[in-house]
Amino acid sequence: MISEKQQPVFRIVKSKLFIDENHASAIKLNEISRQAHFSLYHYIRLFKVIYGITPHQYLKEKRIEKAKLLLAQSELSISDICYSVGFESVSSFTTLFKAVTGLNPRRYRQNHLEKEQKIAEQPLVAIPGCMAEKYGLKAG
Amino acid sequence: MITRMSHTTIYVLDQDVAYDFYVNKLGFTVHTDAKMGEFRWLTVCPKGQPDLEIVLMPIGLDMGGSGDPEVKTMMKKLLEKGALGSGVFDTPNLEATYQELKAKGVEFLSAPEQKFYGKEAIFKDPFGNFFSLGEKPEAK
Repeated sequence: MISEKQQPVFRIVKSKLFIDENHASAIKLNEISRQAHFSLYHYIRLFKVIYGITPHQYLKEKRIEKAKLLLAQSELSISDICYSVGFESVSSFTTLFKAVTGLNPRRYRQNHLEKEQKIAEQPLVAIPGCMAEKYGLKAG
Repeated sequence: MITRMSHTTIYVLDQDVAYDFYVNKLGFTVHTDAKMGEFRWLTVCPKGQPDLEIVLMPIGLDMGGSGDPEVKTMMKKLLEKGALGSGVFDTPNLEATYQELKAKGVEFLSAPEQKFYGKEAIFKDPFGNFFSLGEKPEAK
């Protein structure tokens, strides 16, 4: 009987967690597939069966999600964010970011700041009126 | 006619811990994280439901007993006793999600089991809220 940790599902999950942890580094999928004891073809196929997207798409998605977080929560420059999430050029980062979010990184950050500002001034734009009233927040 | 749910509340004891659990472990997206003085409006969404905001609300600010220490104590006790079942989440692949969440340190009260209505596991958040995690037969 094969143990839980030898199961194909566990090996795919482990590889996904590896991508989560190391998405900022130069990740080579053929190395990950070898570590997971799959051929690259079977690795990509099984990953897609479980997560609905290929590992490459997942890696890009993960990097963009991290970039969104840094744009919203940090004051790092866009090029610093680009390199810190694993992209090798600002132009490829900006192109992909816009394709995914519909906005370039600068505009995304600007929108986030404006949203924060608006909520601070007028909580009711984000908080349902009944809750805002109970928490003693003013409509602005 | 009620057409949709826009917000629902999960009571928590600490919003930083809740953020780490629901965003970093469960993989939910932050919808709004806005601070207004002492008050923090923190809402998250499951990946597939970007328009359902789950409000991660600290006990004590709750609508049922704002500022009432007796209510706060009672709610904390209910949470800690595991008396508050807070919802049902769906996943297209229960085994993979179970393995992933377990690897991230999420506590499961029961491992995936085949029930007459589909496969199900039960997990809890760091405060005691418990959830059903299910895979419907047609989901795969």
